[in-house]
Amino acid sequence: MSTATASADTHTEHDPHATNTGISNTKLAMWLFLGTECLLFGGLISTYLLYKTRGNGKTLPTDIFDIPFTSVSSFVLLMSSLTMVLALSAINRGDIERTRGWLLTTAMLGGVFIGGQVYEFTSFVREGVGFTTNPASSAFFTLTGFHGVHVSLGILMLMSLVVASVQGRLKPQNAETVEIVGLYWHFVDIVWIFIFTVIYLIPAE
Amino acid sequence: MSEAATGATAEHAEEHAHPSDWEYVKIAIVLGLITSVEVFTYFESVLDWGSFLIPSLMVMMVVKFWLVARMFMHLKADKPILSQLFMMGLVMATAVYVIALLAFDFF
Repeated sequence: MSTATASADTHTEHDPHATNTGISNTKLAMWLFLGTECLLFGGLISTYLLYKTRGNGKTLPTDIFDIPFTSVSSFVLLMSSLTMVLALSAINRGDIERTRGWLLTTAMLGGVFIGGQVYEFTSFVREGVGFTTNPASSAFFTLTGFHGVHVSLGILMLMSLVVASVQGRLKPQNAETVEIVGLYWHFVDIVWIFIFTVIYLIPAE
Repeated sequence: MSEAATGATAEHAEEHAHPSDWEYVKIAIVLGLITSVEVFTYFESVLDWGSFLIPSLMVMMVVKFWLVARMFMHLKADKPILSQLFMMGLVMATAVYVIALLAFDFF
């Protein structure tokens, strides 16, 4: 047997999950998934842009935006990205207690954001702008609702990591799991950065 | 240790050289400040941005996007293939939907 084959065998023995790219399959899959999510949110944002002025004589979502309130929600979501990255940093140091704390803080900030969205939706309905009021409101609720569902799924993932850490199943060797959940969370934040500017801050014609 | 092995180790270390917690906090402060300026543009009574409004908002949005992706998602430190994968989706989405918006006379 050649030396090369022997060396390959030894390598396999040391790292059974080795890949050609040097990146784990789960991390690669998450990035690929996030790439496809760009297409999903791109479609929803484009649809809203096309319909945002179609009110059929009824109130448009842009007429009743509460920018100061949404700004606070945006700031909360932005800061949750900081707490998420601090959770990853803590698990990379092997500090499980602090990891749990930061994961819980991230989930709570996500919960505050969702609470804000529920409040916004409720106030829209009270103002007479529901899902089927006009094409603009349908597109608005679909876009922000889809984003809200993504944030909620992120909170579930974060809470499952918190529960795993309480049960002692989250160990420093699982840092990549935290990183992958973090990638999803940061992506959700990135999408909101886009939505906040394009939908809320850029004035309608 | 051979030169190649030393190079590989250095490359590996560089790939995993993530910022410190304090650096993350500094990035978050910058993100918060940019968001404050964005919100500031909403109050036209304070300062009228005129025709600079939309380009300014777009630039601030791209800077925030870039900071989160590069620093918080570690694209700066990770292997280039991950950036390429993400950019592929982003560029494809942008191209497809700009064409769609053009087709509907949005611009």
